[in-house]
Amino acid sequence: MSTTLEAGQIPAPRELTTKHRRSDTIFRGVVTGFGMTALLILTLIGLFLSFRGIQTLHTQGFGFLTRSNWDVVQGDSGATYNLGVGAMLFGTVLISIVALVIGVPLSVALALFLTFYAPARVKTFLVSVVDLMAAFPSVLFGLWGFFVLMPLATYWAKIIFKYLNWIPLFDAPQYFFERSPFIAGLVLAIMIIPIVTSVAREVFAQTPLDRIQAAYALGATKWGVIKTVVFPFGSSGLIGGAMLGLGRAFGETVAVYSVLNIVFKVNFHVLYGSGGNVASMIIQKWGESTADETTALLAAGFILFLLTLLVNLGANFIVRNTLKSGK
Amino acid sequence: MSENQNQNPEGEEMTTQAAASSSLASISSENLGKRAPGTKPLGAGLEARGVHAWFGKHHALANVSLDFSAGTVTALIGPSGCGKSTFIRTLNRMHEFIPSAAMAGEVLLDGKDVYAAGTDVTKIRLQIGMVFQKPNPFPSMTIGENVLSGIKLAQLKVENKDDLLEECLVRAGLWKEVKDRLGAHAGGLSGGQQQRLCIARSLAVKPKVLLMDEPCSALDPGSTLRIEDTINELSSSMTIIIVTHNMQQAARVSDYTAFFLSEGGPGQMIEVAPTSEIFSRPRDKRTENYVSGRFG
Repeated sequence: MSTTLEAGQIPAPRELTTKHRRSDTIFRGVVTGFGMTALLILTLIGLFLSFRGIQTLHTQGFGFLTRSNWDVVQGDSGATYNLGVGAMLFGTVLISIVALVIGVPLSVALALFLTFYAPARVKTFLVSVVDLMAAFPSVLFGLWGFFVLMPLATYWAKIIFKYLNWIPLFDAPQYFFERSPFIAGLVLAIMIIPIVTSVAREVFAQTPLDRIQAAYALGATKWGVIKTVVFPFGSSGLIGGAMLGLGRAFGETVAVYSVLNIVFKVNFHVLYGSGGNVASMIIQKWGESTADETTALLAAGFILFLLTLLVNLGANFIVRNTLKSGK
Repeated sequence: MSENQNQNPEGEEMTTQAAASSSLASISSENLGKRAPGTKPLGAGLEARGVHAWFGKHHALANVSLDFSAGTVTALIGPSGCGKSTFIRTLNRMHEFIPSAAMAGEVLLDGKDVYAAGTDVTKIRLQIGMVFQKPNPFPSMTIGENVLSGIKLAQLKVENKDDLLEECLVRAGLWKEVKDRLGAHAGGLSGGQQQRLCIARSLAVKPKVLLMDEPCSALDPGSTLRIEDTINELSSSMTIIIVTHNMQQAARVSDYTAFFLSEGGPGQMIEVAPTSEIFSRPRDKRTENYVSGRFG
């Protein structure tokens, strides 16, 4: 293999290869195949939704995204459709934001308690409780939300309305506070706690010990350490966790369906009992939909799919940028 | 090393302690007999009395009694695993961060036990600062914010933050290099600069004692010398205790040197003496073996 080089001549980099054993090749193939399945399934779902939904987007135009009605008019020459999911998209985002505003602080507090304050035994117990919450069927959250949480939350909503109705967000066109975005957001907040908590816990636990010690050695209290060391280190991870929660909140269907009054009208008054949610709307319309409506529902699903994808890409972008500047 | 620093003023105290202790009694009393007894200490320093340390069931450190009078630099030397770091971490109560860690004995700061019931541990750590082996500035903060971080954490009132910032950086020997970029992030500094930044950060809260746990072990020789200059500079105004693996460093910076050793069991303090004596005529054979490079 030796080639004589003239003085000063730089050799070309050699190609680095190895001969794989057959067992290694097979294993590599199996793992790669299964690994790619996730990507494949997601792509196929996206393709399916877009192929089926594209027809609706074609007939309804861009207005499908912005209009807020779902009118099917039976005429002589068959039905005409005037469909739009604007209110549903708006409602989905609104409810999810309510869920984040309530759920993220709770999750962060819980994660801080578990990581820095809880005695070992309490910690083990609580962690499994939180994990159990993640596995809890969402229909049960919905039922519980309907029968237990809603009466309470309606009462709270009335109090908030009474004192804060000068803020447009907390105002209401009518004195009707049941099945509102606020209540749906509350139920969702509880449902995103497990995922946000476990990400936050993971992130907090990775805080470099030397920085924590540095702060303690300067006479910091525990809260001081959390503020100066843990939060700056964990901020990007927390954003990522919150975005994961947002993704979950976007897609949650049954629980929201149980506690939300779905109305095809954009409503930003969170306390008022009128809201929208793409996933719940699909459930609501599914059973009785005509073929064309079904296509429209798939189109709505496709839009939800894109929205979730967008949020996750955004989360990735934010996390990567904060990682660059923060650490 | 100044003349009066070489005379340990706390002879009586230690003799009493040594008599009470078991295995170290002979060594300690022998050492202390050679010091000038009855000399008054230069203000209040730090005193460890019969300190033991455990990690769970592992007895890491046994019965260490050491005196650090104000304004002196004491080097702790000894092979790895002999309990030096554990010992200095008991002095500012950083030891207790390790789960299952335990200690016995007393650590007196200004004559008061830092482990006494009802003590606010954060106040103790304000008075006993610490510099770690690996430079650990807060990377999310600027250079200036790093220096003043202790002030902010302890919510201390400072009249002129700019003056304090400059004073601390000058004393840590870093001012000239960073004065034009105090707003830059600390992560951009070299390892040696980061370590001096950490020293400046410790100084900002005006500690009475500064503990340094192998502060130069991650640094190049040039940075090491700068930090040693800093230590010499600081020793006029505070008590410094430095753990080091570098015996030349101990010889260069310290007034006293204590030799720690673990012979299978828990780490013990074998001998403490003025640094020149430890290196020229150690009393204990084991110390002699170590300082002459025969083991460790």
